[in-house]
Amino acid sequence: MKNFTKGFIKENPVFVLLLGLCPTLGVTTSAINGLGMGLATTFVLIGSNVVVSLVKNLIPDKVRIPAFIVIIASFVTIVELVMQAYMPALFDQLGLFIPLIVVNCIVLGRAEAFASKETTASSAIDGLGMGLGFSFALTLLGAVREILGSGAIFNFKFMEADGMLVFVLAPGAFIALGYLIAIINRINKKA
Amino acid sequence: MEYFVIIISAIFVNNIVLAQFLGICPFVGVSGKISTSVGMSGAVMFVMTIATIVTWLIQDLVLIPLNIGFLQTITFILVIAALVQMVEIILKKVSPPLYAALGVFLPLITTNCAVLGVAILTVQKDFNLMEGVVFAIASAIGFGLAMILFAGLREHMDLMEPPKGMKGVPVALVTAGILALAFMGFTGMV
Repeated sequence: MKNFTKGFIKENPVFVLLLGLCPTLGVTTSAINGLGMGLATTFVLIGSNVVVSLVKNLIPDKVRIPAFIVIIASFVTIVELVMQAYMPALFDQLGLFIPLIVVNCIVLGRAEAFASKETTASSAIDGLGMGLGFSFALTLLGAVREILGSGAIFNFKFMEADGMLVFVLAPGAFIALGYLIAIINRINKKA
Repeated sequence: MEYFVIIISAIFVNNIVLAQFLGICPFVGVSGKISTSVGMSGAVMFVMTIATIVTWLIQDLVLIPLNIGFLQTITFILVIAALVQMVEIILKKVSPPLYAALGVFLPLITTNCAVLGVAILTVQKDFNLMEGVVFAIASAIGFGLAMILFAGLREHMDLMEPPKGMKGVPVALVTAGILALAFMGFTGMV
């Protein structure tokens, strides 16, 4: 259970560990994009964690990093092809950041730090927890930017006004994330 | 003229860090001092240019003729990882002073999404080899420019006293936002 919940606030990959910032900033123009990217990454995380923990004894120590990268890249390719086939609109929105899941430090980080040492079951749970924590962070950031930037949430417009355009554009991503991290820091210190 | 447009667009208008969000990890991670960010930018430019040439050739000579374009992600990341190792080994032998300057940054570059990103973008934008090289170099210059400007800002920020919760990364990110805002002034230039 602890493996599952730690990803949300205490060891949140984005807000606390500061991993995977590129997709975090790049795709969160709306909550739905953030959620889509988060779930795609979650799938890769679970898949690569499970496979890595299954084959950890077969891989010689010296070539483990390249081997992990191949495993991760295979799952990313699966996600890429599935999304292209069934969710072409979302695929176009996320664009370059789907293949870039390969170099997302969270995925390799969990494979190296957790899955290569633990059992398959707890690796799967760790992948799920971390992935959902990542999705949570991306959705939250996307929601904040969407509300401030276009007065809508999950594409549902609740304000007449247009909002502050800057939050949908690049600079708003940095500023919104900066303040969110400050708030999470504050919460973590109290807990 | 074509090259000029590519260069200006890659450095200023679509700056790889501040507009496209590639290579944020080193941008936030190693931008504490101007000297380290110069070293990092140099290493990125070196690897990015070579990686773009090699991946372009692989795409054109292997993946397209064999009709296995779906293996692009796997191939590119492996090539880049191998390339970084090779550059490290060659540099160590051929030019020790350069290795001393860039060495510590090289292993970090494998997971720098800017390198893979530029390689994929070059293919997506249908650049020919020469345009790809120019695009890679200009992107790397854009990365270096953002990185060094940001390091300069952060060196000054060390001297001030932000609110407690904002200390460190949060205030750095807000600063990066303001820097990105400044770069937005270039929009529409090309």
